[in-house]
Amino acid sequence: MSGAATLPAAVAAARPRRNYARRYVWFVVPAAIVVLSVILFPWVFTLFMSAHDWKIGGGHSYVGLDNYRKLFTDDRFLWSMARTLYFTALAVVGPMVLGTIAALVFSRNFPLRGLARTVFILPMMATPVAVALVWTMMFHPQLGVLNWILTQFGLPPSMWIYDARTVIPTLVMVEVWHWTPLVMLIVLGGLASLPVDPYEAAKIDGANGWQAFRHITFPLLLPFLVVALIIRTIDALKAFDTIYVITQGGPGTSSETINIFLYLQGFAYYNMGYASAVVVVFFLIIVSLAGVLLWARNRAKDL
Amino acid sequence: MPEFTRRAALRAAAGVLAAPALVESVGAQQAFDWKRFKGERVEASLTANPRSSLLMQHAKEFEELTGIRVGAEAIPEQQHRQKFAIEFASGRPSFDVVGISLHVSKRQVGRAKWTTDIRPLLQDATMTSPDFDFADFGQGPVAYSTQADGRMDTLPEFTDYFILYYNKDLLAAKNIAVPKTFDELYTAAKALTDPAKQQYGFVGRGLRNANVVLWSSFLLGTQQRDTVSPDMKLLTDTPDAIWATEMYQRLMRDCAPPGNVGFNWNECQTTFMQGRAAFWIDGVGFAAPLEDKTRSRVAGKVGYAVSPAGPAHHHCCLFGTGFGISEQTRNKGPSWYYLQWASGKQNQLRYLTSGAGAPARTSPFRNEEAISTSRFPRDFFTTLVESGRIARPGLPEIVPVTEFRDTIGTALTNCIGGADPATELKRATEAFRPVLEQSEKAT
Repeated sequence: MSGAATLPAAVAAARPRRNYARRYVWFVVPAAIVVLSVILFPWVFTLFMSAHDWKIGGGHSYVGLDNYRKLFTDDRFLWSMARTLYFTALAVVGPMVLGTIAALVFSRNFPLRGLARTVFILPMMATPVAVALVWTMMFHPQLGVLNWILTQFGLPPSMWIYDARTVIPTLVMVEVWHWTPLVMLIVLGGLASLPVDPYEAAKIDGANGWQAFRHITFPLLLPFLVVALIIRTIDALKAFDTIYVITQGGPGTSSETINIFLYLQGFAYYNMGYASAVVVVFFLIIVSLAGVLLWARNRAKDL
Repeated sequence: MPEFTRRAALRAAAGVLAAPALVESVGAQQAFDWKRFKGERVEASLTANPRSSLLMQHAKEFEELTGIRVGAEAIPEQQHRQKFAIEFASGRPSFDVVGISLHVSKRQVGRAKWTTDIRPLLQDATMTSPDFDFADFGQGPVAYSTQADGRMDTLPEFTDYFILYYNKDLLAAKNIAVPKTFDELYTAAKALTDPAKQQYGFVGRGLRNANVVLWSSFLLGTQQRDTVSPDMKLLTDTPDAIWATEMYQRLMRDCAPPGNVGFNWNECQTTFMQGRAAFWIDGVGFAAPLEDKTRSRVAGKVGYAVSPAGPAHHHCCLFGTGFGISEQTRNKGPSWYYLQWASGKQNQLRYLTSGAGAPARTSPFRNEEAISTSRFPRDFFTTLVESGRIARPGLPEIVPVTEFRDTIGTALTNCIGGADPATELKRATEAFRPVLEQSEKAT
């Protein structure tokens, strides 16, 4: 076996060595140009702009790290960062918990399961802007259907997005409605791939339902849950369309997340230099978070 | 004596034959001709609104008149402002003609000299139709289209006045007269508010940014009137500004529906259309949906009046738009022709009679036949004419207008929530002052 394996290696060694790399390097050039022009150049240019006081319609001057200094003393930016983390935490936990429960329900056999699953994943198919516009109408404090429903049950009407205290939980509600099906699909895929043997062994050992879930289902599902967690976290961090359409960051600035703040700085106030500094900081946050999540994923695989 | 050759004879004959064409060509350069740019194409970038829809709907009329093809796009207002600013800044805009909101972008466009000065075109008899009648444009709109240095870099299109809409039935039920002052407005609105019936005396913009134009309606009635002094000093924490904010706060807290802190014009329109509010102060363009029987419960019951007076002055907010020709375009001639048609008498009359907005020309308001056959009541037209007499810009002519609106707007939303107007205005003024100073320094 080992003699047969070494034969082609010996033949290869006998051939004169050619430097193929030099000849084939040209095949890489088109891809390299694309990568450089659409990924690397924008990044370098963003860094360059972030070191300038750059106004659309005005000139630009070099300011070094001033934009970054200003950023970390800008209350509005710091608050937007805090709101982003608050929104992300809720918009990740909600769909994760509900999506997992839904997957556990839909993995069992019951009448009309196929139809129920289809209905459940429908929100995910809808366009975010269209969804946001419909929810906006439903949130209207006097004419919206949600308050009408509350009053039918004798409950007091809510201000939903029209109150600084309730606006973020309300936006999270839309996000949960929209993206719980995605988590459900990922977890359902995981459940379908689980082996049957551990459950049979557990049954023989007298384990109850909760013990089977805690010690078999959950550990085996963990890699799938971490994938769902990564996708949801990235989605929640970059949430813009729903928030912009429903509240535009309001009332006041109470739902102004980093994305909304960034958009306003760049495309409403035309402070491109300052907006570029926000992009750089936001990028570093996302990269750090992605690093943590990938580490968690690898840990989950090892369990 | 030179010999008369066959070649000379042919030359002479060609000259005789070409003479009529040459004479016609010279004549064409002296007289205006709608067909002068036949076969050319103009790209227009417009803001999505009923007026742009009218222009796009009737573009064929311009194409038949001039032989110039038009490619027009209409983009929602906020996105359109970004689009044209970025395209102009790139140095190669994709359009020849652009619709500009003067109340937001006037100074920005003027400072960067993005659009061409149309005065030489207006004075050129070969380029301006004899029946264009520039004197027909109102003085206010012309002043609004003129930059501080005298350049007229847009042609006036539309003027938007903030007027008072009221529900006639609700006022009649309590025998309340149309208020003439803001104090009377508050008293009347308070009397008409009945939360148990979900009926409110007033509805107005509470959403950050959008709310500043309602607040400045109150400020225009004070001694100070404006938000920025002629020497570009911010006047937003003065006693007059505090009075305007208190009036805004009282109306929004005591007389308007709960949740109005998030209301833009569309939420206000819905509330008013459903008969849930007695008074609403907003732009003139809402008459059309309010009088639409298929959508509005108050159609035929809407009253129109000029914005009430303040303690020192009587004004209403003025906003406006104009058409500019890109300084970079090679199609200035065809673009100017498009402007003449777009802001011509016929289209301006269409604006008025369709309820799309108040035209910048004065002649439509004198067209008795069009007014008497209009679906809008006479008091709507009367209100427009009266508003035109007292109108004053509702936003400062500065470059960072959006930032101004956001900063002051946040203070106003906080006041709706119960915050102290003086404290909020002081904080907002301190936050915006360096932005304005830096912007003026750049000028």
